[in-house]
Amino acid sequence: MTLDTLTESAMSERKQFFPRQVVETGWNKWDWALLPMVLAVLVLLAYGGEEMSRPYQVGQALDLSLNPEYLPYYLLRTTLRMFIALGASIAFSCVFAVLATKYRAAEKFLIPMLDILQSIPILGFLSITVTAFIALFPGSLLGVECAAIFAIFTSQAWNMAFSAYQGFRTVPTELKEAASVFNLSSWQRFWRLELPFATPGLLWNMMMSMSGGWFFVVASEAISVSNQNIKLPGIGSYIALAIEQRNLHAIAWAIGAMLVGVILYDQFFFRPLLAWADKFRFEESGSETAQESWLLNWLRKTERTKGIALAASNTLERSFVIFKHNYDGTSIRARPLARSTTPERIWDAVLAAVVFYALWTLVHFIHAEVSWSEVGLAFMMGFYTMVRVVVLIFLAALVWIPVGVWIGMNPRIAGRAQAVIQFLAAFPANLMFPVVVFLLVRYHLNPDIWLSPLMILGTQWYILFNVIAGASTIPTELRYAAQNFGLSGMLKWRRYLLPAIFPSFVTGAITASGGSWNASIVAEYVTWGNTTLKAHGIGSYIAEMTASGDFPRIALGIGVMCIFVMGFNHFIWRSLYRMTENRLHF
Amino acid sequence: MNSPIIELKSVGKSFRSADGSARSVLENVDFTLNEGEIVALLGKSGSGKSTMLRIMAGLIGADSGQVLYRGLPIYGPAHGISMVFQSFALFPWLTVQKNVELGLEAKGMSPDERIQRARSAIELIGLSGFEGALPRELSGGMRQRVGIARALVMEPEVLLMDEAFSALDVLTGERLREDILELWEGGLLPTKAMLVVSHNIEEAVMMADRVLVFASDPGRVRDELQIKLPRPREVEGADVRSLIDKVYGLMTAGALRSGRMADKGVKMGIGDRLPEVGISRMEGTLEILADEPFLGRADLPKLAEKTELSDHELLDIASALTLLGFALLEQGDIMLTPLGLKYAQAENSERKAIFGHQLIENVPLIAYIRHGLVQDPSGDLHEDLFLKLLRFTLSEADTLSALRVAIEWGRYGELFEYDFNTGTLNMPKDEEVAAEQRARDIA
Repeated sequence: MTLDTLTESAMSERKQFFPRQVVETGWNKWDWALLPMVLAVLVLLAYGGEEMSRPYQVGQALDLSLNPEYLPYYLLRTTLRMFIALGASIAFSCVFAVLATKYRAAEKFLIPMLDILQSIPILGFLSITVTAFIALFPGSLLGVECAAIFAIFTSQAWNMAFSAYQGFRTVPTELKEAASVFNLSSWQRFWRLELPFATPGLLWNMMMSMSGGWFFVVASEAISVSNQNIKLPGIGSYIALAIEQRNLHAIAWAIGAMLVGVILYDQFFFRPLLAWADKFRFEESGSETAQESWLLNWLRKTERTKGIALAASNTLERSFVIFKHNYDGTSIRARPLARSTTPERIWDAVLAAVVFYALWTLVHFIHAEVSWSEVGLAFMMGFYTMVRVVVLIFLAALVWIPVGVWIGMNPRIAGRAQAVIQFLAAFPANLMFPVVVFLLVRYHLNPDIWLSPLMILGTQWYILFNVIAGASTIPTELRYAAQNFGLSGMLKWRRYLLPAIFPSFVTGAITASGGSWNASIVAEYVTWGNTTLKAHGIGSYIAEMTASGDFPRIALGIGVMCIFVMGFNHFIWRSLYRMTENRLHF
Repeated sequence: MNSPIIELKSVGKSFRSADGSARSVLENVDFTLNEGEIVALLGKSGSGKSTMLRIMAGLIGADSGQVLYRGLPIYGPAHGISMVFQSFALFPWLTVQKNVELGLEAKGMSPDERIQRARSAIELIGLSGFEGALPRELSGGMRQRVGIARALVMEPEVLLMDEAFSALDVLTGERLREDILELWEGGLLPTKAMLVVSHNIEEAVMMADRVLVFASDPGRVRDELQIKLPRPREVEGADVRSLIDKVYGLMTAGALRSGRMADKGVKMGIGDRLPEVGISRMEGTLEILADEPFLGRADLPKLAEKTELSDHELLDIASALTLLGFALLEQGDIMLTPLGLKYAQAENSERKAIFGHQLIENVPLIAYIRHGLVQDPSGDLHEDLFLKLLRFTLSEADTLSALRVAIEWGRYGELFEYDFNTGTLNMPKDEEVAAEQRARDIA
């Protein structure tokens, strides 16, 4: 008996696990249990959808109550918005990734574009787009809804698009070659190769985006830009109203509702999705423990859902027949055309022309609308905020690196910590405002210093999250070696722990710093009832201008913030990242 | 002779390197794959055999010359030509069944027919019962079976195998090879011809009707060997052993010529590829060679067995040893030179001195680095200077490999040091101190 037959026989003992469809047939009891659930979800969706398209005139006040009884309804509305935005983000990410990977010309334009878009604070988007959306659906609430959904979309889409692009680009060469050898068309390749390969990364970013979305839900639902004051029914508006009316009880209720929301979509959406997407993991080793989901196990046992899944995959396969390659390499149509560089040159020229035109308009605009001294002021403000971000990241690192390392080295704690941290990351900073304002006013503290921690409130968790991940992947052998040599104290940190977690720390810090810049708009300009506190910085500059609807200055503020964020990314984070990629990995 | 299926007519291919200069990988390759034969391509890594396979698969286009399939030109992957990959290239999210169906699905075949055909291909290759498994549940050998079934289900006229067995352990690889040959001999395969790229000489001799030996820089077919032995062939049979010996001879002769060794009158240049061989492998091989039972002269296949190295690893070591003047190659045998014997018996410090000396004498790149460092007042040079130089003649991967080898050898020979963080090459510390001392003495 050779080695291979040995493994074969070992394998065949596990055979009964594979073809489930053959083992179980016919109607089963789970169908009955699932039926009411599906119906309930459908009814809720229909109700929410109907409410979204109610007639509405600008200026009309929408009923909003702080009565906790309404919270489930508000939760439904908010969640619906977030999922619509998430759906749009997924579609956007796929289109973006396809265009950017298939066409070099598109890539040249799209990647820097996304780089800029992701450094634009979401309030910026909101203030620019809200009027347009309202005009798009006159006499209906749908316009405002769209504006809010778009704002949530802008807080979710960019990192997902980047992760999809990264996934599409890093499809292993041999798989690409296999797809070519078997003549897969672009459509088939997308569904069979590229999207599955990008799925794990995309899913992870979806979860992160969802958390990020919660953070900005207040800003995007209670639209108070360009002299509009619209509060769409939802958790965000509820919080905004509670802040306006200084109602601490309502704040507590809102936190409770959020917690419920986070748990619900985690259990009903992300966990099943993660468990299902486990098959898309590319690493061939099975080291990572698979995600478990009771809902997915349940769904998999149910005939109906199996039928739906089968129908979906059949539809997909039928589409493969329609969008197939009709010829192979022997056809004259496969003949490569002589590559001409002219279109590319023209495209470059067009891009350059657009850039120059934009630059000229910008200079003209600044000259005409705002003074150059205003630009200097904005940069000064940007500098203040930058100092804040740097100091805060440093402080957060001091606190969370030891904690993260400790958690990461204890696998049992690490598993549980993950869910908690995700909730904390979703926790909107706005909910801390009451406490902060109270303390600041009571003790006459300097807002320039004491408002700052709010900036990092939601984003510090990325650092913790990544440090935990880094610490838990330290090879066991390295751990034993460190123990064996009796490394301790400073030496242990300098020579062993810090280098080991540094790459993941950098990843976390990049996300945290990006988030902090974005959060500065919310955190540097804080209101609680009639009290308004503000710290000097680009965030409060934008927030203030947004409140008063001063478009030129909003644009200036956003532009300056973009420049700072991009400069930060290019000159600091990217070089750190490259350094860690080259040197510090196992 | 049977009719030709694929013909290459004076095919050439070059790749652009980082600085934009073109580097030729294949030059003037003429080749015909006929019906009913198995052809093996042998050659060192980087000799263009993989490129040639990919040109035939339609994965990359030839720059010059013609590629004909059944007399007609091909510009992309053709239905009648299928391929098996070194690392299997299975889609990990598809079950075995779906993986095998992939090509049929892409063709737009109806589900019923597709399922039926995939089933029979799976059965043919001995995978029945695993239809519902994901690739990650399978062992390496089973995965490659899926890869082969996926290619065979297309009923290809030509099956291309790109080192299909080299990612498997020896036993599994042999077993799979035998199974395929059995199917081939039994006429159970739809395939009319096979092309096998390999760096395992035994594998090539066991399978092929014809072995082509590639020369590198630029890649071209240099030798061709017909094998008329009936299959199944006995690995231990005298005929097979002598053929393996013969192929070793052809391969090492190639190593000498393409490596441009000193003894052929052609000096190695600064911008030439260096054999990627570590110090410990070289020394280990030297010691084995000096000991019983070889006592300074060994048959390469026997040495491969003793050292448990693969053919291309051993050939790389052999060319490194000849390059440094520690050994000579002759007719598939390797012999220690007197210097090699002395080296094998020497103490550590003496070894380093000999090694350093031989590097300066025989490896122009290392000599050049050392020369630069000695002349430079600061005693250090950035690696980029040398990388740029190497990129003129080598591909990016070969450039990095050449410098890496030069650094490892040079460090061991105590000719220079290298700082990974800054990427600078510098003079060894104690020599620098000595030089300063001398300078002060003179002052």
